[in-house]
Amino acid sequence: MHPALSVIVFTTLSGAGYGLLFWLGLYAVTGLLPADPIFGIVAMMLALGLISIGLLSSMLHLGHPERAWRAFSQWRTSWLSREGVASIVTYIPALIFSAGWILIGQTSGLWGFFGLLGSVCSVITVICTACIYRSLRPVPRWNNHWVIPNYLALSAMTGMLMLVMVSALFGDRLPGAMLLALVTIVVALIAKLAYWHFIDATSPTSTPESATGLGPLGKVRLLEAPHTSENYLLREMGFRIARKHAKKLRTIAIACAFAIPLLLSAIATATSGTAAAACTLLATAIATVGVLTERWLFFAEAKHTVTLYYGRNLDAS
Amino acid sequence: MTSLPDHHGAKRLGLVVDLDVCVGCHACAVNCKEWNSGGVAAPLTDLDPYGGDPLGVWFNRIHSFEAGEPGHSRTVHFPRSCLHCEQPACVTVCPTGASYKRAEDGIVLVNEDLCIGCKLCSWACPYGAREYDYDAGVMKKCTLCIDKIYNENLDAVDRVPACVATCPTSARHFGDLGDPNSDISKLVRDRGGYDLMPEMGYLPTNKYLPPRPRRTDATLGGAAPELASVSEESAGGFLGWVDRLLSS
Repeated sequence: MHPALSVIVFTTLSGAGYGLLFWLGLYAVTGLLPADPIFGIVAMMLALGLISIGLLSSMLHLGHPERAWRAFSQWRTSWLSREGVASIVTYIPALIFSAGWILIGQTSGLWGFFGLLGSVCSVITVICTACIYRSLRPVPRWNNHWVIPNYLALSAMTGMLMLVMVSALFGDRLPGAMLLALVTIVVALIAKLAYWHFIDATSPTSTPESATGLGPLGKVRLLEAPHTSENYLLREMGFRIARKHAKKLRTIAIACAFAIPLLLSAIATATSGTAAAACTLLATAIATVGVLTERWLFFAEAKHTVTLYYGRNLDAS
Repeated sequence: MTSLPDHHGAKRLGLVVDLDVCVGCHACAVNCKEWNSGGVAAPLTDLDPYGGDPLGVWFNRIHSFEAGEPGHSRTVHFPRSCLHCEQPACVTVCPTGASYKRAEDGIVLVNEDLCIGCKLCSWACPYGAREYDYDAGVMKKCTLCIDKIYNENLDAVDRVPACVATCPTSARHFGDLGDPNSDISKLVRDRGGYDLMPEMGYLPTNKYLPPRPRRTDATLGGAAPELASVSEESAGGFLGWVDRLLSS
């Protein structure tokens, strides 16, 4: 599948934003979130900023962005519509929670409840995003049970790294945050490795033989394509990445998204003050690059059944 | 509405493609382009049409496959267009209600005025039936020539999709696949018509008829098995001498 920059930026940035909102809500409802309004401004601007930039970016790949509001109507059947609705609904508790924190200086009690509501909405939105891909049967590398855990784990991880970074700026005032960061990195790494193992080990059920129904005659090979130049289908769904490049990029993704942030977070745990803050900042920046690479691969490595009609197989790279 | 209709009539209009007869001439694709460039889905935009890298919207694409092991394989020409599925995920994934399946005849259509061009429907179609119009910013697809098959200004004989009307070998058939007694349904039964990628669960309306078994024994076609010798005896004289000379 064509790795469209707008969608990669959208899922990565809004994923981190929803992750941050999720953790802020949990800290608020447990009464562990400092009621410092300045902390609130920085944290909420980061969370809602990432979410909003991501959502605006997702509109860039539309043929008619001015009609985007119509996408809220078909939530009964469409995961894309559900995601649109969930993303907008999330703003309501998030903004009320922000108002309590920034204007009134309170994060617990009723305000904490709105924080928790924001957490729940964030989880629902990220699940909806994952389900857009998870529900597509023509793309076997998306249509499997590892996609939702991956989106959730990476969102939780990048959100936690953002939170640790903000927390470090304000003198490390969130108990257990460093430990949670280390745990979410390991969980996300396991989820990603499991996903890659799954897509490498699973042979797709659809073949050129089932696509044409000519299996009874024997093996099916493309003799002549319908057109000599590219078309929309090959541009959008025929994207190919060489196996050696995919392997290198997976290594880069593992290093940047997980290994280096894990190391930097460990160093930040052992140190304090400016050194720790610098480590968390670096960890967040490098993890973002890593997740962008991972997300690019999520698209680039996915294969669509329409390519079976163009002489390709779904399993071979 | 992108919800599929709860109740629908018995009528299920669709195509049956005979892979035994198709000669891969692309006439169906050309006439489809011709009709639909002036119909409800118009224009079928072509970008750089006379340049080195043309890119255009087509509702019908003709692939040619080789099926079978080398030496025993055969060439099969394979037209590919929208199958107007009973479970079209292209419709249910649409976030705006632009894609819909008609309750009365099962035709899957796009309302271009509602389409936001998110392309998700084309991702949801296993068969590559939908093509995005980069110029118009909306998705386009086969309409089963809805502006032709119901057009009362045309003679009844012409109220068939453009691809069916133009096929020089009658490899394409149009009719009501929801009626088990229609000619087209009988054809599917008689010839063992099948669904493409049934494992996807989309329940296509259109069917494909498999190539008939190839005749490997020439006598089945009425030809003499081999040319028998006219005479067992060898000729004498000059011709006999030539025969002996050439045979040695």
